[in-house]
Amino acid sequence: MTTTTTTPSTGSSGDGPRLSSSSLLTGSLPRSFAPLLLAGTAVVVGGALFALGLFHLVSFAVLTAGVYLIAITVASRAVEGGRKAKDRLVTGVVYCCFGLAMAPLISLLWTVLVNGLKRFDGYFLTVSMNGVIPSMDAGGVYHAIVGTLVITGVAALISIPIGLLAAIYLVEYGKGRLKQAITFFVDVMTGIPSIVAGLFVVALWIMIFGPGNTSGLAGAISLSVLMIPVVVRSSEEMLRLVPNELREASYALGVPKWLTIVKVVLPTAIAGITTGIMLALARVIGETAPLILTAGIASTRINANPFEGQMMSLPVFIYQQVRAMGSSGDAGIYAEERAWAAALTLILIVMLLFFAARLISRLFAPKLGR
Amino acid sequence: MTTTDSSTPARVPTGRRRIGDVIFANTASGAGALILLILAGVAAFLIIQSMDSLRANTVNFFTTTDWNASTREDPAFGVAALAFGTVLAATIALLLATPVAIGIALFIVYYAPRRVAALLGYIVDLLAAIPSVVYGLWGVVFLVGQLRPFYDALENYLGWIPLFAGPVSATGRTMLSAGLVLAVMILPIITAMSRDVFHQVPQANREAALALGATRWEMIRMAVLPFGRPGVIGGAMLGLGRALGETMAVAMILSPSLVISPFLLQSGNQTIAAHIALQYPEATGYGVSALIAAGLVLFAITLAVNMGARFIVARRKEFS
Repeated sequence: MTTTTTTPSTGSSGDGPRLSSSSLLTGSLPRSFAPLLLAGTAVVVGGALFALGLFHLVSFAVLTAGVYLIAITVASRAVEGGRKAKDRLVTGVVYCCFGLAMAPLISLLWTVLVNGLKRFDGYFLTVSMNGVIPSMDAGGVYHAIVGTLVITGVAALISIPIGLLAAIYLVEYGKGRLKQAITFFVDVMTGIPSIVAGLFVVALWIMIFGPGNTSGLAGAISLSVLMIPVVVRSSEEMLRLVPNELREASYALGVPKWLTIVKVVLPTAIAGITTGIMLALARVIGETAPLILTAGIASTRINANPFEGQMMSLPVFIYQQVRAMGSSGDAGIYAEERAWAAALTLILIVMLLFFAARLISRLFAPKLGR
Repeated sequence: MTTTDSSTPARVPTGRRRIGDVIFANTASGAGALILLILAGVAAFLIIQSMDSLRANTVNFFTTTDWNASTREDPAFGVAALAFGTVLAATIALLLATPVAIGIALFIVYYAPRRVAALLGYIVDLLAAIPSVVYGLWGVVFLVGQLRPFYDALENYLGWIPLFAGPVSATGRTMLSAGLVLAVMILPIITAMSRDVFHQVPQANREAALALGATRWEMIRMAVLPFGRPGVIGGAMLGLGRALGETMAVAMILSPSLVISPFLLQSGNQTIAAHIALQYPEATGYGVSALIAAGLVLFAITLAVNMGARFIVARRKEFS
């Protein structure tokens, strides 16, 4: 700031009352003040809660945050003035928001891990629930894993070609009304509730096969209704990133358009497309509601045939065990343990897909702009 | 098709190439059209299959709260209580999630160190990838128990507000619990959308604010929030759409009853999606068709919300 020449004008704007040189040299709290204050607050609040015998992680965190926010605002208002105080208050609130979002994630992952490990072993992963009566301390999740893999696999087989081709249409061919309509309705389709996708297949199946017919294929079709828009969206974004120079160079060599797309455009974008597809898979692999309607909730046997009979899947298995949790005696406890272990299995699969997708996009991303 | 005609004249028209191009272009546009067809099919099949029960229904579908549909004689069912519950749960989720999501987005874009910010982006995405059934399990076994003391305090001190009137449900499986879990589930969507618009705020605007001596908060209030408002609203509406249609978390956490009750700390209310999931396995007679009719209402509500959201987001794109 130019202090010497424009003193009157600086005075007239901003903090009006303090015109003297002190307004330019208002005090500021040392850099280390905020973290030290936070640590101090935590110690004091923790100590007080322990002394009162009321210590609980949640009340400790909430109280610490509250006391800290008040203390930093008051201290800053005294030393730095009102505007800075407001800024510090908002900074504190924003950090709190972030902590608030992390709390459920950490709590969820922790409870799933701790409770799931009780039953998560080789036996649990390799046997089905066939012939297991509720009071038996037995049974596993193998049939559900098979079902999940088959249903999601078939869903992927349906959605990837349709989604990818639609994305190619939007980027390479599309124009006019049809393109606008598809872009808009793909967006709308991402918002279809999963249960409605399930009901759609139920309605379709009633018309084709009559009522009460469930199969893995029905489940897969309902999942692909949810998966197609996600695949279109992500593939479209990736195809748009392919530089036009590559296409033009290919045309200049006399290569037809479709071969250009297949041999030049797709290979360039393939890493991003794969990532998008894997994230879409991670999204639908945990879908429960449509499968309850379409693939049945009572299956206990291993069934790898998507065209016939009920098919269990991991999410539905968790739901089924939660419903059995209310039963009396050991049966309820076993059901809860199975539910947690299955949840752990499912989360591990989702995370595997999630991180593999990130890894692929990082390792094989096309090196543009060289 | 017309789409290929426009691109072919530029090239030497040898017959074989043309055939490949025509086939490929038609397949691609066919896939695009198929998507429209699927969406139309969803609406059409739901309407056709729900007609059956709606015609046989002896009471007004939109104003009745009872659900007696699993019969062949004189079914009487209505979606009033369910629609109320759906909107209530989604509203709670939206009110709880939006401020926090804006805070997280601001944190990621303007407060966190750059390296940490990338990691946080991952973590928020991970929050979105956790299956809803796992949220439901966590909610019903772990969270509702933890919430009991909090609810008691709420009833003690804020019980005079009708929303928080007692007696507190002994299980904690109330609308507020369901809304809380829904809020956690829609947090990532709203955060992601807000984060994207905050990233797009022109650097010139932000630097201008800072150059005038604004503190970081003043810069955000003057430059970032006005610019990002449509994007945040669009994101919130997408989150609302998700919360309206979310099934499992509500089905597992809420202990339902088909009443219209504004008391958040007592058990009661039910959402359309959860009702369908719970009732479908036992549905007989007109039951399935009636549930499809309920699904149709849900479809219409979410469609309206999502189209509104997309409209707002698209309009912002035109301006920026």
